[in-house]
Amino acid sequence: MLLTVDGLKVIYPVKRGWPIPKTRLLKAVDGVSFTIGAGEALGIVGESGCGKSTVARAILRLVTPDAGSVVFAGTDITFMPLKRLRRLRPKLQMIFQDPAASLSPRMRIGDALAEAIRVHDIAQGAGIDELVGSALTEVGLSPEVADRYPHEFSGGQKQRIGIARALVFSPELIVADEPVSALDVSVQAQILNLMARLKAERGIAFAFISHDLGVVRHFCERTAVMYLGQIIESGATREIFDAPGHPYTRLLRSVSPVPDPEIVSASAVAEGEPPSPLDPPSGCRFNPRCPFATEMCRSTEPELRPVNGRHIACHHAETLPPTGDNRVR
Amino acid sequence: MTVLRIDKLRTTLRLGGRDCDALREVSFSVAEGETLAIVGESGCGKSMLAMSIMGLLPAVARISEGRVILGSRAIEAEPESRMEKIRGAEIGMIFQEPMTALNPVFTVGSQIAEPLRDHLGLSKSEARKTAIELMERVRIPAAASRFESYPHEFSGGMRQRVVIALAIACRPKLLIADEPTTALDVTVQRQILDLLDTLQEQGEMGMLLITHNLAIVAGHADRVVVMYGGDVVETATVRDLFRAPGHPYARALLASLPRVDRDLSELASIPGRVPPLAMLPDGCRFIDRCPHAMDICNRMPPTVELGEGQGHTVRCWLHVEGGEHAADG
Repeated sequence: MLLTVDGLKVIYPVKRGWPIPKTRLLKAVDGVSFTIGAGEALGIVGESGCGKSTVARAILRLVTPDAGSVVFAGTDITFMPLKRLRRLRPKLQMIFQDPAASLSPRMRIGDALAEAIRVHDIAQGAGIDELVGSALTEVGLSPEVADRYPHEFSGGQKQRIGIARALVFSPELIVADEPVSALDVSVQAQILNLMARLKAERGIAFAFISHDLGVVRHFCERTAVMYLGQIIESGATREIFDAPGHPYTRLLRSVSPVPDPEIVSASAVAEGEPPSPLDPPSGCRFNPRCPFATEMCRSTEPELRPVNGRHIACHHAETLPPTGDNRVR
Repeated sequence: MTVLRIDKLRTTLRLGGRDCDALREVSFSVAEGETLAIVGESGCGKSMLAMSIMGLLPAVARISEGRVILGSRAIEAEPESRMEKIRGAEIGMIFQEPMTALNPVFTVGSQIAEPLRDHLGLSKSEARKTAIELMERVRIPAAASRFESYPHEFSGGMRQRVVIALAIACRPKLLIADEPTTALDVTVQRQILDLLDTLQEQGEMGMLLITHNLAIVAGHADRVVVMYGGDVVETATVRDLFRAPGHPYARALLASLPRVDRDLSELASIPGRVPPLAMLPDGCRFIDRCPHAMDICNRMPPTVELGEGQGHTVRCWLHVEGGEHAADG
């Protein structure tokens, strides 16, 4: 496995209350395990506050995990000193939702890319310009754009530049946090097609964080669904979306809009929103919103366990009614 | 009955000493009890259209031609003092970010009660009672006890419910919802859209749903207006648009959507980007990105009706009989 994440926990201290604030612990990520193979894309989906972005940050050590381990290409990087980690970083790249935030407005695109190459000593002299040019070409930009500043580019072009900057390192894994959420659909398609080509041709693996199930279905072979800091279902993307197992996955799937007026979506959606991760419910975290909850769900936390070729964290996974066909006409 | 009719609207922006048309010959109407969606990507003019209707155009913009007819009255030239009375009373408005519509230092209840007193002349206690009823109608749990809450004590979804309560408080004939769920998670998005559907049916309002999300359009609109570069390029019932889109842009847009319910091999993407406002061509504004562009497309295409009397119109030379020769005659 290229990446193995095991029992990952990230806990933030949060001060709440007035006049005397109390420090409480927010378990943003609470025992998450998954693997990503070479050249594979794993989608991590869930709603805001589920911890998906914190998982992304923990993989890259942008936050330090409080427990668990992150093993990249056979090396445990969980608590590796940053100096040593720096040598591994080129192989482990990240692209963000807002690529402009990671580009200095005062630096030409070419200089920004060249600096990254120099810092990591990937090429020297004329080799640097060559590498910058080929990375820009690879993402569908002309090498001449190296002389321009970030503000001269549209959102889609900036995301291409963000990808080019990751590519100069010949990464093995790219962690992509909502890389297409801010883009218009026609541009989103351009970027998704570009990333799919990089995955197929260069064998780059992706940890793909998104709230958009349609995008994940298109790009990721496997998917992990998160709810309040935990993975509640994981497996092959197509199987999960065609026949979601966990009641939360069912809810998520049924509310994801389908661009087809002939498809009658599931009728009424239960009211309610996810509770605060500061006060997760006891037992199964989804139990207050779950139509199938029983006494056991309120008292005992279910473990993520194998069920019919995938993993589901639900006491009743085997006995839930079959998922209604969402493609009812 | 027609609630809103837009007739050959042209909105002009003064940019760098030059006049640019942000909207050209925009025409459509919204009937009582109907949801008309305005879709398009960034820069298509959909927000400029909303601001033109509401009389909230920035100082550099003005309506230079055409009419905005609310009920039976033209309002495009009304002074701001009149528009203030119309907005909130006859036109309800919902925006993407609920916090910008709510005042953080006043209680939620008092903000809903204010237009009831101003526009409908209710007494303080009547306004309070009606405000609580409105909070119940938008399904805010324990409405009476949350009357005294402040906006920051509400989640994003609950704040949007407050904004909706405000928008429908004076029983407007027209509701303008500009990206009402873009900032919300999918489960909450679905709840809010279902709520809007219900309220609209109960109140027989016309709704103008402005969105970039075609999947939402498929599930929640009756008819659609597709915009590109300030032009209405296609108008159709939702069913007709998704079944047989006529304009090359609408076709490409629909083909670029990833789907959660099925596998697609590759997403169609539209090459290039929307040109900046000052550089939009005089003829068809999609010409540079259109796979079917012809010489005649340098002239503004006429609006052509497809089919018979279904109100399916397309603004494209491809649908003009002998269109490619029309330039000669």
